Amino acid sequence: MKIVGISGSRVGSKTRIAMDHTFTTLADKYPDVERVLIDLADYDVQFSDGRNYLDYEGDTKYVAQTIMEADALLIGTPIFQASIPATLKNVFDLLPQDAFMDKVVGMLATAGSPKHFLVLEQQLKPILSYMKAQIVPTYVFIEEQDFYRKQIVNDDVLYRIERLVEDTYVLTDVYTHIREARNAAYGF
Amino acid sequence: MEKYRIDPAKGLEFGIYTLGDHLPNPITGERISAQQRIHEIIEYAKMADEAGLDFFSVGESHQRYFATQAHSVVLAAIAQATKRIKIGSSSTIISTSDPVRVYEDFATIDLISNGRAEIIAGRASRVGLFDLLGYDLRDYEELYEEKFDLLLKINEEEVVNWSGKFRAPLKNAEVLPRPVNGSLPIWRAVGGSPASAIKAGYAGVPMFLAHLGGPAIAFKRSIDAYREAARRGGFDPSQLPVATAGFFYAAETSQQALQDMYPHINEGMKKTNGQGFPRHHFAHGVDPHDIMNIGSPQQIIEKILYQHELFGHQRYIAQIDFGGVPFERLQKNIEIIGAEILPAIRKYTAKK
Repeated sequence: MKIVGISGSRVGSKTRIAMDHTFTTLADKYPDVERVLIDLADYDVQFSDGRNYLDYEGDTKYVAQTIMEADALLIGTPIFQASIPATLKNVFDLLPQDAFMDKVVGMLATAGSPKHFLVLEQQLKPILSYMKAQIVPTYVFIEEQDFYRKQIVNDDVLYRIERLVEDTYVLTDVYTHIREARNAAYGF
Repeated sequence: MEKYRIDPAKGLEFGIYTLGDHLPNPITGERISAQQRIHEIIEYAKMADEAGLDFFSVGESHQRYFATQAHSVVLAAIAQATKRIKIGSSSTIISTSDPVRVYEDFATIDLISNGRAEIIAGRASRVGLFDLLGYDLRDYEELYEEKFDLLLKINEEEVVNWSGKFRAPLKNAEVLPRPVNGSLPIWRAVGGSPASAIKAGYAGVPMFLAHLGGPAIAFKRSIDAYREAARRGGFDPSQLPVATAGFFYAAETSQQALQDMYPHINEGMKKTNGQGFPRHHFAHGVDPHDIMNIGSPQQIIEKILYQHELFGHQRYIAQIDFGGVPFERLQKNIEIIGAEILPAIRKYTAKK
């Protein structure tokens, strides 16, 4: 199983801290899983111009191809202007319409205000559904006050991250079995 | 229809097309050389000719895993190797070519083949060739429209006066040689959506509709929209041929056909497009109402007749060789088409 993480912004550190913690949890609980964490701040990704993702070069191709090769994604994002950052939306725009078919996607958000709680529900989930993802229903919402000096200090958040990792792993495993059983039934 | 060398009294035309892909056989993991692939394509055309099929065409794709970038050169070899079958492109990327050179090439192929050449002009589903050939992707739409218009003009007029944005002007230019019968059938290649079918209708040119899969009825929308647009544009739709193009595979049983074909399509698409072909979509390929023609010979006959009833189209062309399908299987399919499928289709669609 290959799980790819995306830290969805070029600004700030909280989403990356949360994703680092998520990936440490993933490594502890499921050491056999192949893990790749892509922090979009580390890559020079061009704006989508509509071409097939295989036709991009450099960082853009690396990011798109790594995501396409994943069995599951864990997406972490801050909330900017009551929505997901353009940086993250651009990654979706690089990919085919049904890029997330047969992939499980789990999410976490870091936000400066509790008023943003429904942003993932109302803005990120519809994009993922359109792209045919199997979405992990509950996501982790992390506020400013949950961090102290580059660390997550709210135990409840830590529990929720652990649950997110478990759900993502278990659902990926289950959907893989379902798919294999279905494919076997087709007989070709 | 005569202008397009189609006689509706003879019934639905049946053809073969290849994109000219050059992919490994997913079962063995081996890939034949580009040289062998090109020779097999020429041989494939010969077999189709000998089996009495109506049409054979070769595509142009400038990317990895393809071998017929110079598709007109391959078509010239096919012109020489065959006797009766009509030959064409599927498609010629007119956007990134000079229409004068394209016309010269295809008029020459027409002379070599004694009047059997056609052009199907498209605009590329992949865009890598814009960089390769020195064009700006932002001109994608306009390049196609302008160059396609010029291609039609060269076909209609022996002396051409023209100016446009993407090519030096033509002043009293004679584009030579001329085809055997004065003009070539030129079709517009169209993907699935009604929007691009409508453009072909307004232009009053024959339409080649490519399809991957899905219920046949969904493609009727595009064909209806095409004919309606042609009518609004002042053309008579009954004089404009429509052709469809898609996956085909015949075997003893439908299950055998699915088994034989699926790994080639799935692995081939992964390599060329970056995504496989979903199994549940492919399974629909044997449904009587699906546009993919996969199944036993009898099932395929029924599917094609159903599609003909729905579309009233003049030509269907089959893609059998995608994804490294071994040559013996292509041979077998041509035999089945020639011996069983073609006679039945002609019998039921020809005007008595």
